[in-house]
Amino acid sequence: MNLTEFLHMGGYGFYVWTSYGISLLVLLVNIIVPARQKTKLLADIARKARRARSTS
Amino acid sequence: MFNNFFHKLASPKHFYRIAGNLIPWLAGACLLLVLAGLYYGLLVAPPDYQQGDSYRIMFIHVPAAWMSLFIYVVMAVAGAIGLIWRMKLAEVMLISSAPIGASFTFLALVTGSIWGKPMWGTWWVWDARLTSELILLFLYLGVIALHSAIDDRRIAARAVAILALVGVINVPIIHYSVEWWNTLHQGPTVTKFDKPSIHLSMLIPLLLMAVAFKLYYAFVVLMRARCEVLERERNAGWVRELAEEK
Repeated sequence: MNLTEFLHMGGYGFYVWTSYGISLLVLLVNIIVPARQKTKLLADIARKARRARSTS
Repeated sequence: MFNNFFHKLASPKHFYRIAGNLIPWLAGACLLLVLAGLYYGLLVAPPDYQQGDSYRIMFIHVPAAWMSLFIYVVMAVAGAIGLIWRMKLAEVMLISSAPIGASFTFLALVTGSIWGKPMWGTWWVWDARLTSELILLFLYLGVIALHSAIDDRRIAARAVAILALVGVINVPIIHYSVEWWNTLHQGPTVTKFDKPSIHLSMLIPLLLMAVAFKLYYAFVVLMRARCEVLERERNAGWVRELAEEK
């Protein structure tokens, strides 16, 4: 089986690859969102802790 | 010993650490199984004698649909534990599960729709299986919206626990919808009591993807739960220390 044949999926290429593409996108976003949220949260907490110390 | 383990697990600090240690292993195992599943599903398994290659959508559609039900049951159980024993970790698991469950429900609906177009000739029909799965998506979105609408985290957690418990009635309705009603959606081929009516070459990638999706849920829910714990414990000493180490 060559690559063109593989991508063609017996005429159903559009349906198969759209399904897999959307799934990959949604699953990746679900990993990226909490990873970025954690970094932001920790930076925010550290900033507030430093500010609390400098004012007291 | 077990008592001690659960006691430690229930403390936010230890949960944060243990979850952090587990995530890379779960994610690694998930990636391996996904790659194996894609290899067997897209390259090894033969085309279906009726549906050609379009049936390969099944390898994500079916595991995603299973996860949409599984995660909802986890949420309902966590909700019950949270309401009865006031266990904070159960509240954290409930709300951390909701966006992942909503994502899998969305994927089950969208991939089903894309599969339906070439096979049934339509993107959507209001049959019992599709409609009850759409209601499941609204239940997940309801849990997320309700939680973000209430500022007090403890009250919010109790409200979403009750919603999750009431909504669990939809789970058996979805599962049996293809038997109770005359649906365009096909009946079960794997989860029935006699022999599954699916060839082994197609069953193997399906099960690989199903286990991979379970592992995916496990590590992503832990990632989300860690953020939720940080948010709730942001004034605790250990969280400040952790934040300032970075």
